[in-house]
Amino acid sequence: MTSFLVRRILGALMILLIISAVTFYLFYAVPRDPARAFCGKICPPETLQLVRHNLGMDEPLFVQYWHWLVGIFAGRELVQFGDCPAPCLGYSFATQEPVFGAIVDRFPVTLSLTFGASIVILAFGIITGMIAAWKVGQPLDKIASASSVIGASLQIYFVGPLLAFYLVDTMQLIPRPSYVPVTEDPVGWFTHLLLPWVVLSIIFTANYTRMTRSQMVEQLAEDYVRTARAKGMSNRAVFFRFAWRGAMIPIVTIFGVDLATLLGGAIITEQTFTLHGIGELAVRAVQNNDLPMLLGVTIVGAAMIVILNIVVDVLYAFIDPRVRLT
Amino acid sequence: MTTVSWSGEPGTSRGPGPFLSVRDLSVEFSTEDGVVHAVDGLSFDLEKGTTLGIVGESGSGKSVTNLAILGLHDPAHTQIGGEIWLEDRELITADRATMEKLRGDRVAMIFQDPLTALSPFHTIGRQIGEVYRKHRGASKKEARDRAVEMLRRVGIPQPEVRVDHYPHEFSGGMRQRAMIAMALVCDPDLLIADEPTTALDVTVQAQILDLLKDLQQQFGTSIILITHDLGVVANTADDVLVMYAGRAAERGTVREVLREPRHPYTWGLLSSMPRLNSSVDVPLKPVRGTPPSLLNPPSGCPFHPRCDYPRLAGPELCFGQRPDVSPETGHGDACYLTLEQKRELRTTQASDQTEAQIDARTEDGA
Amino acid sequence: MNETLLELKGLVKHFPVRGGTLIKRQVGAVHAVDGIDLAVGEGETVGLVGESGCGKSTTGRLAARLLEPTSGEILYRGRNIAHSSRRELKPIRPEIQMIFQDPYSSLNPRQTVGTIIRGPMEVNDIDPPGGRRRRVQELLEIVGLNPEHYNRFPHEFSGGQRQRIGIARALALDPKLIIADEPVSALDVSIQAQVVNLLQELQRELGIAFLFIAHDLAVVRHFSQRVAVMYLGKIVEIGDRASIYERPRHPYTHALLSAVPEPDMSSEPRERIRLAGDVPSPINPPSGCRFRTRCWKAQDKCAEEVPPLVRLSGNREGHLTACHFPEAPTTQGEDVVLDPALA
Ligand SMILES: Nc1ncnc2c1ncn2[C@@H]1O[C@H](COP(=O)(O)OP(=O)(O)OP(=O)(O)O)[C@@H](O)[C@H]1O
Ligand SMILES: Nc1ncnc2c1ncn2[C@@H]1O[C@H](COP(=O)(O)OP(=O)(O)OP(=O)(O)O)[C@@H](O)[C@H]1O
Ligand code: SF4
Ligand SMILES: [Mg+2]
Ligand SMILES: [Mg+2]
Repeated sequence: MTSFLVRRILGALMILLIISAVTFYLFYAVPRDPARAFCGKICPPETLQLVRHNLGMDEPLFVQYWHWLVGIFAGRELVQFGDCPAPCLGYSFATQEPVFGAIVDRFPVTLSLTFGASIVILAFGIITGMIAAWKVGQPLDKIASASSVIGASLQIYFVGPLLAFYLVDTMQLIPRPSYVPVTEDPVGWFTHLLLPWVVLSIIFTANYTRMTRSQMVEQLAEDYVRTARAKGMSNRAVFFRFAWRGAMIPIVTIFGVDLATLLGGAIITEQTFTLHGIGELAVRAVQNNDLPMLLGVTIVGAAMIVILNIVVDVLYAFIDPRVRLT
Repeated sequence: MTTVSWSGEPGTSRGPGPFLSVRDLSVEFSTEDGVVHAVDGLSFDLEKGTTLGIVGESGSGKSVTNLAILGLHDPAHTQIGGEIWLEDRELITADRATMEKLRGDRVAMIFQDPLTALSPFHTIGRQIGEVYRKHRGASKKEARDRAVEMLRRVGIPQPEVRVDHYPHEFSGGMRQRAMIAMALVCDPDLLIADEPTTALDVTVQAQILDLLKDLQQQFGTSIILITHDLGVVANTADDVLVMYAGRAAERGTVREVLREPRHPYTWGLLSSMPRLNSSVDVPLKPVRGTPPSLLNPPSGCPFHPRCDYPRLAGPELCFGQRPDVSPETGHGDACYLTLEQKRELRTTQASDQTEAQIDARTEDGA
Repeated sequence: MNETLLELKGLVKHFPVRGGTLIKRQVGAVHAVDGIDLAVGEGETVGLVGESGCGKSTTGRLAARLLEPTSGEILYRGRNIAHSSRRELKPIRPEIQMIFQDPYSSLNPRQTVGTIIRGPMEVNDIDPPGGRRRRVQELLEIVGLNPEHYNRFPHEFSGGQRQRIGIARALALDPKLIIADEPVSALDVSIQAQVVNLLQELQRELGIAFLFIAHDLAVVRHFSQRVAVMYLGKIVEIGDRASIYERPRHPYTHALLSAVPEPDMSSEPRERIRLAGDVPSPINPPSGCRFRTRCWKAQDKCAEEVPPLVRLSGNREGHLTACHFPEAPTTQGEDVVLDPALA
């Protein structure tokens, strides 16, 4: 187990390193010069040169990248912005705030959004899938299957405003989505995020309903389920004690893969409800050609996915005793 | 320790009424292609404490029959007709709760592939103990102790340790032993073993068959042993039922059926098996043709498309009308040939074989 | 004996087992095949029996050079092909063909029977006189299928028929040696008999040599002139059919034979030997004689010395046994029961 974690974390760091290097490189492949933004409307070449120097952009690419890497662990001194203690991801070119601080500020929003949505997806998806499998071929199954098809074809930026209009404006059932820190007001946190969670999870839930149903049906046809029946286990016991575990294995696997998509969905959801999360930072960074911010957001996002995938693997071993974490 | 050869002891003692009695059983599946007549008008009896071997080629309805006894078919797609009497209880019409109480307690089943038939997610001990808890209301502790005891009984070394292992940590033979332990945990009256050794090596197969015989001697369990290997039947069973296309082709004691087989299909089964002492220069005599379709079973005798003797027996009978197993009790078979014809045909076959054996001996001794 | 076609000399195949914390490194090896010597003469059938995992398939794949041996020699017509490159093997490939156990998964379900059987001719650029299609139809006829089946798909055939398709494919290139890896194990007895008869006919009429792998001793006896018994990566006994089946010397051969259930009600009950336990792991095979952990004759010497495969006194020429304390040359003996559950 320990060796598994050590190996996986080392692997994760490797992946993050590659991702950051690629992002670094890609940014420079874009023919736009961030130094210009600092230089002002009228920008003589000498000034531009100076700005470049101050931004540390006159050095070779790999040196810049090296500085950036060192900054994360040891902090660094930036001519333009001054001291930047570790972990330093640099300063935003656009807003000139420290990238790390900006991300830390917004991280809880995105984390709450993804975490809550994951719970909704898994809970609803699995429960409705189970119900459908339990009642295979019966009306309840058909309803669950039909609604999952509808759900899967919906879009966040369409459902979001629509639900907001009805639930928030017209019926006033829930407050307008915003972020209330969970530490200050857990209830407020919950009610304010409820709509974004639902909206973000709609498309995914449908998928999980379908998967759970088909996996359960498949598991119920397995030999070991027949054995359980032959032992005199009731249908209920067979369903809830035996079959579900087999069904969960592919679900957990797919969920690990879906996490990245979910994070992407979180960005759209933040946009839709103007939540100030990492997604918003990311979109703005792209618009502003803001290299440090972009890198920072990319790395944090990637780190989140990588870490959650390790969690998923541990979970996997927990469900299936045949899997050894070595 | 017993080293009695079972092959010499056919079940001769018959109690008052049969312990298990299957009458005119039919099982039909509705599928997209039509109705599959998997079992059609099958009858047989099983006495207390004896072993019935059911043999037949793949698809002849062996498993389907036995799943019907346990009531394990999906009622939505299955039509079951006839009667199955376990002592004084009819099982086809029994309700779900009755069947659940019966399964694992009085009637237990062992399946062919012990790896897929055991849950990969639970320890062996839990899977064994669970049955005990369900049917005997035992506590967790009692169930575990019982599981250890059962594992010891079926010869698994270090049962106290093994009880907490998962199936994938067992070898094939040990898994099958664990399956047997699970089936026997409530001392069932009837044990159905569906090809319990097909997935195993010969030496392990011998271990498992010995174990079953031994347990039967100790506890007086009745056993239905499904197999496609007549050798296994010869070594283990008292009575035999040969199935063809979902029907009984022949039934009788092991001795009767193997020494004086009467149905042409049984002849075919026997002559297609190479033996350790048969001649190697005579080609095997397989049953020609392919197994019948169960969607459109052949008219008359289901074996007639593959049979060499309809002309002898009377084509209008063989092609036109389904033969019943006769006589009703004892050694019976479903074929229109007269007993006289069967005896004659068998003697010619047997003399072929003896000649071949003599040939084999002289050749090998040279 | 005829001229030797294939000879395996001291053949070894180890599969690495990897483990380790951070970096995967080799921590052991599966001793799948551990030094075997075996020869197959032209037109001869050699049977290879043994329990699951003893290395039969690995031996077969080595002989067909689908695997490269760890060490040892594979002589085909006297030429060592143990480490030959693909190019060097190319002219030999058509002569050594394989038939597999599973008639369901070894045929591509999306190809027609014609395409499947033609495959080897295309791969090896062989144009038979009269064209490939003619040849395929000929082959279909040889294996007892209707030439009109050319454009059908495998799923339209029964198990036995599919196995015939596999055999036709193996015959496509006029092989000299066919390695048949459990070709009938998955089939019902009567279909098994059809396929065995077909193979026997082919052998007689086309003079093809076979390395016939199976775990059914009666089938092997029926089809093979010589038989090799394997246990845990080694050949423990080899000899002509009569020697192995009537005068076996190795305790394991005795145990194997006595475990075969026979549908014979007339003969006396045979000697009954029940081994305890399963075959040990090939990762850590027992020292000395590998069978000693399950053998009722084992003594200290068995753990210390590997018994050589030699001709014992009283054995026929070519009947070799690897045992320090061989059984008397007969199949009639005493009952031996080693199973703890039955004790
Ligand atoms: N649920 C089902 N739906 C449709 N057909 C079925 C179903 N179960 C079994 N059958 C068919 O019923 C026939 C009898 O099957 P069964 O499993 O009893 O054969 P078997 O004698 O046990 O064969 P084997 O030796 O291969 O186990 C087969 O043709 C099979 O395809
Ligand atoms: N590619 C491989 N990597 C690692 N181990 C292997 C590999 N192939 C085979 N083995 C192992 O080598 C041993 C011999 O395998 P092989 O398939 O030759 O046995 P076999 O005698 O054909 O068994 P069976 O009767 O089950 O087919 C087994 O323990 C097997 O697990
Ligand atoms: S009844 Fe007729 S067809 Fe059927 S087995 Fe007897 S002789 Fe053959
Ligand atoms: Mg079956
Ligand atoms: Mg193999």
